[in-house]
Amino acid sequence: MTTRFMEIAVGLFVVIGGAALFVLAMSVSNFATSSSKEGYYLTAYFENIGGLKVRSAITVSGVRVGQVSDIVFDSERLQAKVTLRVDKKHNYFTLDTAASIYTAGLLGEQYIALEPGAEDDTLTDGDEIEFTQSAVVLEEIISKFISNAGSS
Amino acid sequence: MLDWLQNVGKKGLHVFESLGRSTMFFLLILQGLGVALVRFRLTLREIYSVGVLSLVIIAVSGLFVGMVLGLQGYVNFAKFNAEESLGIFVALSLVRELGPVVTGLLYAGRAGSALTAEIGLMKTTEQLASMEMMAVDPIRRIIAPRFLAGIISMPLLAAIFSAVGVLGGYFVGVGLLGVDSGSYWSQMQANVDFSGDIVNGVIKSVVFGIACNWIALYQGYDAIPTAEGVSRATTKTVVRSALAVLALDFVLTALMFGDI
Repeated sequence: MTTRFMEIAVGLFVVIGGAALFVLAMSVSNFATSSSKEGYYLTAYFENIGGLKVRSAITVSGVRVGQVSDIVFDSERLQAKVTLRVDKKHNYFTLDTAASIYTAGLLGEQYIALEPGAEDDTLTDGDEIEFTQSAVVLEEIISKFISNAGSS
Repeated sequence: MLDWLQNVGKKGLHVFESLGRSTMFFLLILQGLGVALVRFRLTLREIYSVGVLSLVIIAVSGLFVGMVLGLQGYVNFAKFNAEESLGIFVALSLVRELGPVVTGLLYAGRAGSALTAEIGLMKTTEQLASMEMMAVDPIRRIIAPRFLAGIISMPLLAAIFSAVGVLGGYFVGVGLLGVDSGSYWSQMQANVDFSGDIVNGVIKSVVFGIACNWIALYQGYDAIPTAEGVSRATTKTVVRSALAVLALDFVLTALMFGDI
């Protein structure tokens, strides 16, 4: 009787613990959203990536379609090479798609916004996005503003 | 002067002696783990006493820690109009640090001390010696199942602590203070990494489980077989487990999150 009770209690304990881990994986972490889906990779070169990080979001019209998988400095082109991992179902990016780095909120996190263009052919795995716009660095704007204000 | 030197030498030798003995003890436990796996019924009963019976204190502490995090986080984030970040703050502090660490500390107090007292009393009443007389290896029969049970229970307890804590933060942040529910969860999901944060938290709790159980079982097994000796061993278990958990936590944090 007591052993049976113990066995049931231990079983319940393991189930609760497993459920807690499941909750942590599914609703607390990015497990469900990121790693499970298949994707393809695009590259883009930026003059300045600002505060962009690996795992930053990639959006189209504000909808999340993938994440930044790698950032390196290309010493030949002297630009930052960003590898974008886009979910497989979003395969409609035309060859003249533009990629820009924007900031969510005034001081928030930076993300890449993609804007499809008008061409018929689409980008596939390994292609490069040619039209890019670098991140806006707040200090540059402020210093420009200050120097303009001084000259006028 | 000579007396003093002699004393230092004696103390030093004593330290090395107990370190060596505890290491041998650890290796013997590892050897006995196979038996604990095969005769899982023994382990099951120990999971009940160290895991299931610790469940209440773990869940209640987790709830309160989460609620405190929610409250403190809100007060400070509100200064920067960043209340949406409350979810990240609560989840990351629980999953990375507080879950494993506080669970380890509570485990040392709730289950570790009980293990030491139990084993120490078995030694005092010569139950361990009589087992040896009957050619039953007490390490395999008594120690290894308890060790395995602790290692199985610890990550589960830590996961329950973190999950309940996140809910506690949700109750306070969203329920009482009016943070938006959607941004609480979505910001959390966007910033807590499964392999980087959750898996590392589980690894931490497994390491703490090994450390706490090793200390508790060794102290019991090595206790001076008197009432006073057992009580001293129990105290030592709690103190050393707490120190070991905190020190190991620093090392593990430096290894896992040092480069971020």
